[in-house]
Order: sequence, then structure tokens, then C-alpha cells
Amino acid sequence: MLKKRIIPCLDIKDGRTVKGVNFLDIRDAGDAIDLAKKYVRESADELVFLDITATEEKRKTLSALVEKIAKEINIPFTVGGGINSLEDVSAIIKAGADKVSINSSAVKRPGLISEMAEQYGSQCVVVAIDTKFENNAWMVYVNGGKTPTPLKTLAWAKQVEKLGAGEILLTSMNNDGTKNGFAVDITNEISEAVNIPVIASGGAGTKAHFKEIFEQTKASGALAASIFHFGEISISELKDYLKTQNIPVR
Amino acid sequence: MIAIIKYNAGNIRSVENAVKRLGYDCIITDNADQIRTSEKVIFPGVGEASSAMNYLKKNNLDTLIKSLNQPVLGICLGQQLMCKYSDEGNTGCLGIFDASVKKFPPNELVPHMGWNNLENVKGELLKGISINDNVYFVHSYYSETCTNTIAVCDYIVPFSAAMQKDNFYATQFHLEKSAAVGEKILKNFLEQ
Repeated sequence: MLKKRIIPCLDIKDGRTVKGVNFLDIRDAGDAIDLAKKYVRESADELVFLDITATEEKRKTLSALVEKIAKEINIPFTVGGGINSLEDVSAIIKAGADKVSINSSAVKRPGLISEMAEQYGSQCVVVAIDTKFENNAWMVYVNGGKTPTPLKTLAWAKQVEKLGAGEILLTSMNNDGTKNGFAVDITNEISEAVNIPVIASGGAGTKAHFKEIFEQTKASGALAASIFHFGEISISELKDYLKTQNIPVR
Repeated sequence: MIAIIKYNAGNIRSVENAVKRLGYDCIITDNADQIRTSEKVIFPGVGEASSAMNYLKKNNLDTLIKSLNQPVLGICLGQQLMCKYSDEGNTGCLGIFDASVKKFPPNELVPHMGWNNLENVKGELLKGISINDNVYFVHSYYSETCTNTIAVCDYIVPFSAAMQKDNFYATQFHLEKSAAVGEKILKNFLEQ
């Protein structure tokens, strides 16, 4: 049976892991590779690295870090953050990433999704969607959650699937950093509407939150950062719990 | 020396990294002599079947692979290209394994992406692997089960998760991305 994936996310700044609360207030959470290796030992199913300070200069640093990760890590990993062009994507794939995640650049130029899918296959195209519930609608935000767009989340999710995305990483900004649980409603709506895997993100605070998102939606995986980084819940402990709750995990 | 066949498919670096992590020397090459004289050959691949086969034919790698006598390990698209025929691009393949490659019906999410367990496991390649062990898959097409099947995975339909005929081995899953279980399988291949 296909297992539900538990995915720790490492926000990277200058090679170190950081984690913001509600997209702000950055705290240091340790060396990226050390942390990644620890997660692999604890049976994380996949890793996501998001470069939150991806400027032109930092891009080269990112490739070097990705190369180092690829050498040491034997599970699939996704890299994202500030990826604007097919050139950026190629550099990250060549450095050894399995998947590349794009967000603002996909909104700016949806054709990039198709170009990536054509060149590298849909399986390596992750479209990250930051969404916020306001005025009774789930809307898409870009630029690290700073800029609203006129896009409705459901319509955008369907569009990215059509363009060739292989996976959607759906982050609820209302839930992110709150530790009050994942956004069940929008995750459910999106995972019912598309036929590609949806990874739920934002709001994990307890083991029960993971059970809830897997029982109440078709999410293929759940992503979290701070609860893993600061040792509040270990991945192995979370998986043991999910097994007792009859959620299929590795 | 382990030769990793270089062709127009992705994911070669991670195979190289996995082999090196186990302490073996390897070389990524499309040079016929280097491939022929290497101890073992790995035939990796993520990509599309017809363009991959075209590339192999153009570089005479198709006849070379079939003629190899040392242990050969196909991974993912590599396994599919070692079958008879693929529905992906209606492609005639190498014909080492007695199976065709078909597209998953869209009853569930396609691609089959993530960790799944192996059933009906047999043979040296999968020595020490049990039904509780999970490996990492990413694919939209699958190899049918046949007499060469040495492990089955069940997703929408039961399919060949691993295959073997004589010195030819293959896995549909990415053993190089399958944590400790994948490492054990790669080690089985490299140590035999």
C-alpha cells in the first residue's frame, strides 16, 4: 500500500536552517545537512529545502549546498526558493535535486511549469501555493506571502495540474506557524479536485493534526518545520503514533 | 569499476552518489569499451521511453547492453527499457524481460509517487528484504508481471517492482533514493 509521506521542511538562509512564524520572525534552527541527516535517520520520507533568501548572489551558494545534500542524503528531496527560469531549474537538477519547487515565478509566468515538465518530466515539478482565506475565499499569495494576487486557489491548482505540475505543496498562511492544525477545508477541496499528489503544509502542532489531515482529506503527504526542528515531535514518534491510528506510513 | 550508462535521462548523479556512498568507484560513460570491460553496469533513468530508446539506438548502446555478460542493473526507466515494448511513445524496447510496459489507468493518483512495499520477493538481489520494507517509486508506466518478476508491488494493478533474467537485474523503484532498504539492495547487487 502506498504510504502517506511525512516531510520536514528546512528553510535555508546562508546554508543554515531557519524557521519563521507566520512568514516572519526568523529563528536559527541549525546546520542544514546535520538536520537533514537526522531526519533521514528518523525515517522522514522526503525533504524540502526552501531558500528564503534566494538572491542572484545566493543562487550559486544554493547549488553548492544542493550538491552537498545530494551526496549525503539517500531519500528524495525538493529544492525551492527564488527559482525564476528554466536555467535556475537546470542548475538545481544538475546539482542533484529530485524535484524543484516554484511559487511566485509560476504565477508570474505559468509557462515555466510546462517548460519544466517538458524538459525534466512532471515528477520533478512541484508548484508551491501559498494561500490565505480572506473575504470568504481562499486566495493565492506570492513573494513569500507578502503579495496578494487575484487568483483563486482552487482555479490555480487546477491550472497548474493542467500545465504539467507533478505535485502541489499547499501552504495555508492562516495556519502556518500557529500550531493549531492544518487547513483541512482547502486541503480537502484541492486534493479532491486534482489528480496529482497534494502535500498539506502549515499549522502542524500535534501528532493528532497529522492524523486529522490524512483522515479528512486525500493529501498524499504532510509537511512541517518547527515542530520537528525544535524537537517537539520526532518523526519516528509521529510515525509510530500514526501506525496505531491505522494511517499507512513507512 | 562500476559503469553507469550515460544517456539522455536524468537522475544519473544520484545513482553515482549512492554507489560512492557504499565505497565503490564508478564512472558515468557512454563509451562502449569502458562499459564492456567494467565489472558491473548500472542502467539508470528518468525520462521518456521513445526518446531514450532513440538515443540508445543512435549510439549503438541498445545492442551493447543486450550483449553484456557481467551483472547489469536497470533502474526505473532502465527496467522499462529492458522489457519488450512500451506503450509510452509506442516504443520497441530491448526485449530482455518477457513483459510489456503499460500506462497506469487513472483510478488513483498517477504517477505512482512515494513509498510502497514489495511482495512475492525472491532472488539474490532482494536478499534480506521483507514485505514490511518500503521503497521509493515515481512512475506513470509499469512493467507487467511475468516469469522474470522477482518482486511485485500493488498500485492500481500488481506490477513488476523488480525483475531478473540471467545477469540482468532491474528495479522499478529508485533504490538510490530508498534510504537503508535501497542501500541494502544496491549492496546486494554490487557485492555479488
